Amino acid sequence: MSPATVMLQHNRIRLALHELRRGEGRPLLHLHGLAERSPSGVPRQLEAWSGAVWALDLSGHGASSVAPGAGYFCEVLMADVDAAIGHLGPVTIYGRGLGAYVGLLMAGGRGDAVRGAILTDGPGLAGGGPMPPSPAIATRVDPPPPGGTPDPWAIYELTRDPRPPDYAATFARQAAVHSGLDTAIAVVGVNRPPWLEAVVAEPGVIECGLDEALALFNP
Amino acid sequence: MTDLTPAAAAFPGARRPDRQRFVDSHGVTIAVHEWGDETAPPLLLAHGGMDFARTFDVFAPLVAAGGFRVVSWDHRGHGDSSHAALYSWEADLRDAVAVFDSIGPTAVPVVAHSKGGSLMLQLADALPHRVSHLVNLDGLPSRRSFPDVSDHQRTKLMAQELTNWLDHRRTLVDARRKPGTIDELACRRARMNPRLSMEWLRYLVTAGAREDDDGWRWKIDPTIRFGGFGPWRPEWSMMRLPDVGVPVLAVLGTEPDPMGWGTLPDDVLSHLPAGGRLVSIEGAGHFLHIEQPEAVAELVLEHVA
Repeated sequence: MSPATVMLQHNRIRLALHELRRGEGRPLLHLHGLAERSPSGVPRQLEAWSGAVWALDLSGHGASSVAPGAGYFCEVLMADVDAAIGHLGPVTIYGRGLGAYVGLLMAGGRGDAVRGAILTDGPGLAGGGPMPPSPAIATRVDPPPPGGTPDPWAIYELTRDPRPPDYAATFARQAAVHSGLDTAIAVVGVNRPPWLEAVVAEPGVIECGLDEALALFNP
Repeated sequence: MTDLTPAAAAFPGARRPDRQRFVDSHGVTIAVHEWGDETAPPLLLAHGGMDFARTFDVFAPLVAAGGFRVVSWDHRGHGDSSHAALYSWEADLRDAVAVFDSIGPTAVPVVAHSKGGSLMLQLADALPHRVSHLVNLDGLPSRRSFPDVSDHQRTKLMAQELTNWLDHRRTLVDARRKPGTIDELACRRARMNPRLSMEWLRYLVTAGAREDDDGWRWKIDPTIRFGGFGPWRPEWSMMRLPDVGVPVLAVLGTEPDPMGWGTLPDDVLSHLPAGGRLVSIEGAGHFLHIEQPEAVAELVLEHVA
């Protein structure tokens, strides 16, 4: 494990928070997509960020621990991010796929501590869609890969979680109201699952390119 | 096993489970409690949120006396089941399947209260070959009635709820429940269950709490918090009711109760599947099977006969 990794405790889960680049000012916090892990260095597309860059392995991913018996859902991953914010202080979020949805929740949940969220494409962007999927209860998944992550249960559960558009829009509204920013969320990806269609229709949300979004939130 | 003090362990009609065992659910240990003849046909009881299987200590023996091996289990983090890293609806369903698997592959009658009622409704929808009859005891949430407030005010209210929840998540490491005497724990529970007698609540403490050096503590995982938020909508449970193809009995109390869903008979009647039956019990609140165990047991036995 890199010496620039900090282990945080979120209830019974150990979270790996990686410092990808040191720097002054508000950090950029990278949130990976479903079944991904944090990058080992600053991704080329984020090099324009002027300050520190950190990346969090969400529960069941990367160097973070898995939850025996599973029970993953996006709101508890939001609390993972809140643990990181508790360590780093205010951040700007860059979220891919699953990390984009979790980043939206966090922007709404801690409007004072999330100074802009950049949402982009990546695995797990759509989740289970706007409504609960057809009834099914899985009792088995594939064995975990060597090292244990990504937890196959996390992959299963986080591809089935409902993401109603009006629920997502509420978080965008909260981010706009409680951050005090003219633009609280920048959507830079191509895909628009129903929850993200609803988010881009909210005040305080813009659609733009990544460089523009980074410049907008750069302190 | 529960450490029962002789003075507090008695309640008229209550009987401790005849057997207790444990099943593994993907690394979480689930405590299973059974009443009645081990060779009798099985019948499953599912408890509600913040409860535990031994809240059936009066009701279960009445059903067992009707000729059933009554099987119940403590949801993860509740009662004698182990505390988990995470809690979710889907995980509770998988734990339930582990209990079903432990009694065999055949369809069995299921009686379920409150949150357990919604869980078992979903299980009956997903795995209809595992359920022969379904009895739902005030476990059919209807559309939540929001207060008539502006969008702006509603956003503020949800922001407060979110902040409280996130703050709570930051305090969980090594969290422990507050200790107290049996009476103190019973009084705390009475705030959630004002219709239940103190005599019953004291009994519950002796089953659902453990005695540490500094007093009694509820066994329920201190990280579990009542209420909360999320994308879930009450109507997502109710919409499953018309799908159910086995005989359904829904039972509601007529008295308002702070722990109840506030579901009205008309909410249920419009969703009952063909042949389904709704019964209202006069004078009962949300905990129908505790307030009127004989009447509810009679209904159940009639339904599954």
